[in-house]
Amino acid sequence: MSPVLASNGSSLGLEPEEPIASRSALRARATRRATGTLDAWRSDGAARWLFIWPAVLLILVLSIFPLVASVALSLSRLAFHQGGVDLKFIGFANYQQLLFGLERSHFLGVLKSPSPLGWAIVIATIAITSLAWMRAARSGRVGPFGLALRLAGGVLLVGSVWLLVQALVSEGGRPGALIVTLIFVFAGIVLQYALGLGLAMLAVQQVPLRRFFRIVFLIPLTITPVGVGYMFLMMTDTSKGPLEPLWVALGLRNFTWVTDPWLARVAVIIGDTWQWTPFVFIVLLAALESLDQEVREAALVDGAGRWQSFRHITMPAILPVTTTIVLIRLIEGFKIIDMPNILLGGGPGTATQSMTLQAYLDWNALNLGRSAAIAYLLLILVSVVATVYVSFVRRRVTDLA
Amino acid sequence: MRNPFARRSAMDLSPPAKFGAFVLLLAWAFVVLFPIYWLVVTSFKTPNSVDKGPFYIPFVDFQPTLDAWRYILVELGNDTLRPYINTVIVGLTSSVIALVLGSLAAYALVRFTYRARVGIIGLGIGSMAFAFIAAALGAPLLVALASAVAIFAILAQTIGRRFTRAMGNSDIAFWLISQRILPPIAVAIPLYVLYQQVGLLDNIAALIITYVAANLPIVVWLMRDYFAALPRELEESAAVDGASIYRIVRSIVLPISVPGLVATFLIVLIFAWNEFLIALVLTSADAQTMPLQVAAQNATRGPQWWAMSVLILIMIAPVVFMAILLERYITKGILVGALKG
Repeated sequence: MSPVLASNGSSLGLEPEEPIASRSALRARATRRATGTLDAWRSDGAARWLFIWPAVLLILVLSIFPLVASVALSLSRLAFHQGGVDLKFIGFANYQQLLFGLERSHFLGVLKSPSPLGWAIVIATIAITSLAWMRAARSGRVGPFGLALRLAGGVLLVGSVWLLVQALVSEGGRPGALIVTLIFVFAGIVLQYALGLGLAMLAVQQVPLRRFFRIVFLIPLTITPVGVGYMFLMMTDTSKGPLEPLWVALGLRNFTWVTDPWLARVAVIIGDTWQWTPFVFIVLLAALESLDQEVREAALVDGAGRWQSFRHITMPAILPVTTTIVLIRLIEGFKIIDMPNILLGGGPGTATQSMTLQAYLDWNALNLGRSAAIAYLLLILVSVVATVYVSFVRRRVTDLA
Repeated sequence: MRNPFARRSAMDLSPPAKFGAFVLLLAWAFVVLFPIYWLVVTSFKTPNSVDKGPFYIPFVDFQPTLDAWRYILVELGNDTLRPYINTVIVGLTSSVIALVLGSLAAYALVRFTYRARVGIIGLGIGSMAFAFIAAALGAPLLVALASAVAIFAILAQTIGRRFTRAMGNSDIAFWLISQRILPPIAVAIPLYVLYQQVGLLDNIAALIITYVAANLPIVVWLMRDYFAALPRELEESAAVDGASIYRIVRSIVLPISVPGLVATFLIVLIFAWNEFLIALVLTSADAQTMPLQVAAQNATRGPQWWAMSVLILIMIAPVVFMAILLERYITKGILVGALKG
């Protein structure tokens, strides 16, 4: 944050002032000193708190209770008896079941020893991670706390790769809800961002039917997720759906994608991408539209090519908002439920069951404790991913972090 | 006639490139519109013509009927109208409130510097926990609350002052967005209990409050980036001229951040409009919203495709209409005009 504007709000001579960045700031501060009355200070000081407190307070009130209540729920089991329900405290049994016990194949997957390719991936990851850590240790710029943090991060990375390899690159391994969710989220974000950015770049051009495109592209987002699920159920029906002639032409009349785990996952990703691309599109469109055209014109006049102008002017300007959309999609994407549930009921088997869907099924079966435990594991996982993302990616591209 | 693909300015694409862009846009428009077209034709089909395999064009390969529309709009009548009105009220109210509160917070996080003291926050949470435990152990609620406040005040003045570690703006922002991580499934039951205590179950007020809180972090994060991208010189010069912060926000910041505000408004409106699980848990009859009606069409007899199509279409109509009204504000003209004017 620039000290110039920070000082606008916070330090009108009453707090120690930050160093002055520029001549104009110095002039502004001098002028304010001369004319600043007590009224002006009061309104700014009040605004500082007035602007942020309603939001913080509302979220605080509505979030703390669910947060605490679901921890309590996740550590207990519902016991039904005559005339009511009791919560029985059972410690970490729900978590133990999911991570190491009966439900492990469902939640983490069937874990088998890696195939040769799997081993290669694991060893490569270990090698690269330790090299990176040693470089950081040698450079002398990272303190002991930073090194410990990096070591923990490295162990976490190797551990996740080990888990993924055991489930995906092994003989007879099968991914569980956690890994399936990760696949949905990362494939979805890549596709949605690429499509959304491409479409936004095209839609800012002066093409015919420009307004029509901009409104039409928004439509998938406006349909309620449950509705999109049912719509895709219609679209993907190989006998009564609108694409039936296509299936017939391809000789796939009796083909059912529903029974193949990977095809089913691809179907979910396609549906998710259809629905969420507009979100990326509209946010980037607004960002592109508020770019300063004159800078780009000047660059063009100075002989910069279109790619150069995109690379050095457009991209840096939309990078902050890009990292925000990716973060929001990351957080929202982990909660994917309607598409796999309606399209396939989480099937074939549990091949498309996401974490939220597993939590929902447990919830429906009144196993509220395990449902809350899954939700909490999701919370921990997403918090870790989001924290890593914010500190490694967002802090580099924006001073807002 | 003028060539629609002609170059209009030096910045514009060359005609072939422009034609290529147009074709790509058309292709995606087809991808988007084809399923919608399928909803439209399905809404005019009888159950029989849905079952008998794909029919594409009304009057040509099947006889359209208004049965489904009549069923939803006339036979169900009030059962459609009530959730519809609820959805409109909940959607509009909650997104306007979220936009106002969230934008103010976002602006504050961009322009002011905050230092939230970790010691004080910890004490606050600790004394709240104390109050909870005391109340759970049987102390009268008022006594528990009063002693918690007293403990907080005393400790904050003494021990609390020694912890100087503080949360900056980015930590506050991250805390806000992290409140969206917990899936609705985990939030729904605690919220049910909470609203039961204050007697707001099956009341649209509960939905409005919940959706405002759920959408606030998204507004804050999106608007923070849009605000940070605004040129600061305008605000600085206004401040030098003696304008108050409220005046600056109202007359300078708001007008030039219209594209971002509109895009954000549409997004949170859509989120509130379509939310399913929280509405399912918090409402039972009077306050039900449209997404529940759509899901209800998958009844014991299997999905009622025709009725579902009608419901989805009437649900997206107002939002698309909103988008048509507001789209014009997501354009260059406004910002450039404000800067030059």
